Amino acid sequence: MPLHTRTLLEAKAMLAQGETTPTALTAACLARIAATEPVLNACITVLEETAMQRAAQLEAQGNPNNLPLWGIPVTVKDLLCTKDAPTTCASAMLAGFMAPYDAFVVERLREAGAVIVAKTNLDEFAMGSGTESSAHGPTCNPWDAQRVPGGSSGGSAAGLAAGQAFGSLGSDTGGSIRQPAALCGCVGFKPTYGYVSRYGAVAYASSFDQIGPMARTVADCATLFGVIAGYDGRDATSAQLPAPDVAPALATKSLQGKTFGVVKELWEGGLSDEVAAACQSAVEAAKAQGAKVVEISLPHLQYAVATYYVLASAEASTNLARFDGVRYGLRAQGEHDLVGMYTASRSQGFGEEVKRRILLGTHVLSSGYYDAYFQKAAKVRRLLLQDFQAALGQCDALIAPVSPVTAWKKGEHVNDPLTLYKMDMLTLGLNLAGLPGVSLPAGLGAASGLPVGVQLMGRAFDDIALLGMANALEMALPRLGVPTGIPA
Amino acid sequence: MPAYEAVIGLEVHAQLLTSSKLFCSCPVRFGDEPNENICEVCAGMPGALPRLNKKAVELAAKAGLALQCTVNPMSLFSRKNYFYPDLPAGFQTSQLTPPICEHGHLDVTVQDATRRIGITRIHLEDDAGKCVHGQGATLIDLNRAGTGLIEIVSEPDIRSAEEAAAYMRAIHAILVCIGATDGNMEEGSLRCDANVSIRPKGSTTLGTRTEIKNLNSFRNIQRAVEFEIRRQEGCLEDGESIVQETRLFDAVKQVTVSMRSKEDAHDYRYFPNPDLPPVLVLAEELQAWEAELPELPEARKLRFIQRLGLNEEEAAALTAERATADFFEQALALCSNAKRVAQLMAAEFLRECAQQNIAPAQAAFGAAHVAELATLIDEGIISARIAHDIFPELFASGAMPRAFVTEKGLVQVSDSSELEGVVAEVLAENPAEVEGYRGGKTKLLSFFVGQVMRKTKGKANPALVNSLLEESLGKH
Repeated sequence: MPLHTRTLLEAKAMLAQGETTPTALTAACLARIAATEPVLNACITVLEETAMQRAAQLEAQGNPNNLPLWGIPVTVKDLLCTKDAPTTCASAMLAGFMAPYDAFVVERLREAGAVIVAKTNLDEFAMGSGTESSAHGPTCNPWDAQRVPGGSSGGSAAGLAAGQAFGSLGSDTGGSIRQPAALCGCVGFKPTYGYVSRYGAVAYASSFDQIGPMARTVADCATLFGVIAGYDGRDATSAQLPAPDVAPALATKSLQGKTFGVVKELWEGGLSDEVAAACQSAVEAAKAQGAKVVEISLPHLQYAVATYYVLASAEASTNLARFDGVRYGLRAQGEHDLVGMYTASRSQGFGEEVKRRILLGTHVLSSGYYDAYFQKAAKVRRLLLQDFQAALGQCDALIAPVSPVTAWKKGEHVNDPLTLYKMDMLTLGLNLAGLPGVSLPAGLGAASGLPVGVQLMGRAFDDIALLGMANALEMALPRLGVPTGIPA
Repeated sequence: MPAYEAVIGLEVHAQLLTSSKLFCSCPVRFGDEPNENICEVCAGMPGALPRLNKKAVELAAKAGLALQCTVNPMSLFSRKNYFYPDLPAGFQTSQLTPPICEHGHLDVTVQDATRRIGITRIHLEDDAGKCVHGQGATLIDLNRAGTGLIEIVSEPDIRSAEEAAAYMRAIHAILVCIGATDGNMEEGSLRCDANVSIRPKGSTTLGTRTEIKNLNSFRNIQRAVEFEIRRQEGCLEDGESIVQETRLFDAVKQVTVSMRSKEDAHDYRYFPNPDLPPVLVLAEELQAWEAELPELPEARKLRFIQRLGLNEEEAAALTAERATADFFEQALALCSNAKRVAQLMAAEFLRECAQQNIAPAQAAFGAAHVAELATLIDEGIISARIAHDIFPELFASGAMPRAFVTEKGLVQVSDSSELEGVVAEVLAENPAEVEGYRGGKTKLLSFFVGQVMRKTKGKANPALVNSLLEESLGKH
């Protein structure tokens, strides 16, 4: 069994027993990156040199302090700031940009002994669901290179499915961890808003953005979560909680006594037959593990897409105002006045989708429109949270599909943003409510043979319990096997 | 020409006296090399997040308490969005609704008339950096970016330029007194914008207003508002209408000039800053802060008048700055004659401080010196006249007054037998004046006093001289 197909916990056990070494694991991942990148384009920056140096250094030190990720190769989405590699957000605006500091979660990874082997591709500034709007070019799905990997954390998901690393950190603003995990057949976890510090994650929509782990199993995700979660005084929205003990999640093997709510609105309309069937079988698997299943309704979910695109775009429009060509990033040449420099820099630096959302966000905050759009959407957001809280008062978790369809062909929806926005309906309700959700493979679609994901959604800051339920459900779901669209 | 009435409101910006910036731990310090005191937060780097400086909240709340405001238990930060090179994040973090303090007031006295000026709100916000325009390039210094400010917005209750300046002086005194700002107007720690309109006297509707930006001295406030009122009156007299616009005061030419009109006004697209949770002020915190507030200048002035018997002028001079009033009370602890200490301070000490441009607390001549000097006068050892003459030297050297006068032989002559001889001499030398006095010109007494003083080189005890002269002149 090749090293790169192992899970994170397997690799960790092998390291502990001396069956492999940090340099061997890192070399294996770098080799895998070299073999698959010509097809995938999952990485923006590959850190061959620094990764091997770091692995050698860790190897020399040994692991006397039992660092939880000692010698484990991982990747991080290229919107997490790193001192030693460019942070581009997949935008021409930040081509080659070197951040002067490490993101909180990157610090945590380094302290835990992880080896960062690459920074992964994404939709520009995390705005998209197909990793097509990247200035670095689109990433391909390892199950079928003609298709998208989902997004915006598409590089992380595709790379994990292809064995480029044992874990990755992505960000989920409207589904950007869970949806690409579903489309590539891996596991993605969006923690409760505030459980993981956003410090050093380049902001898209601040009240939605959540950093979270991605990996090939629920247990691997939980292990990464244990490293990155917990209070950070540099993020004022960070919850004052210690790093959680993830052992209870790994130990949960049954759903006995648990009630799962099937959210009616998330199963109605728009699901392809194969997605509906695979997710239905996941519900059956939950029952087989002992869960009681009830139907539940979130009446305000029908407004989620409109609400999300008003609020997230509003926040994005001002979060991206700092990219003005003055202090860093792209500055258009040949302009002789300030407004000309601003206009040209931002016109050249941002792609179409980013511009679309900046314009939308600017519009909904404008004088005369604020009450009708922003204010109204903020109210609906509160109502939707109440819906979720009521549902999670009756259920331990909610269960739903992650994407209405399996991975689509590249370019298929490029000129149809609304269709793409609507597909986010299954994921972004959770971001509006700030709750945790985990996406895991439910099986391969009967028609397409492509991965289908199912998600569990849980109570605020009850992330460990949610991961435990996902762990138990995972045991009853079919294994997907090896992706078929890339070199073996 | 109908009589007009001015309607004025001030927006005062005060830089908070915190050691670090509002949303990061960079030091607040002036005079350093450009961009020395910056980090990823105040330089607006990607991914950086703000965290609120708790001390700034305390100072803003204390300002609110001192200005009779309600301090809101919950207030929100908003983003005020606009592009400018010295604004690193592309937005200023400020407060819209609710601000930290609201509904206060301040009583302002001009020419014995006291009027109450309403304070609409006080909010917290961060400052921008600055652009340095050079030859062919503009450079940006972000050292000041992210410094904490409060903006104090008054109701349009001010009616004259003089009142506007008096309001600003009172705000300055209070904020410095409570330690909210250093009040250094030259460095821009305290500055204001003035909204000015005029209307026919008796009218209750408001005229079109103009806003004069960035006034940074009491004098400029008064001159700018004065000019603007006259300019607007002129417009109306000429049948022109007043344009709503932003204007700048040219301190050299003493005029206001148009900067931008309403049409160019920004749409700031305020909305709650999602990176900052609501600012909470707990009742216990507020109580503790209130208990920490020092006696405010106005209350102290009243106490000096009522309890210590000072007159309005003396009390006002001693309470204009907290350090001065503290100095006065330190001296008072060593010499209980309040009136004497106050007179010495007002007439000698503060005048000398002003002339030498030295802050009272920094003078080599301290509270103990003032107290000792006052005691010397009280004890009859020197006269007030001598005190006045020697003051500049004492002030400059910091010498203790008692030792100084002894060493210089300035101790007053209070020996009546010694003085009787001098008095007799003076009377003998001026027979015509003696006759005049005895003929009813009693005002000539001061002439004789002067003569005695001259002969004793000012060392004669004046009270004793008076009585000896009266006694001698009364004989016959």
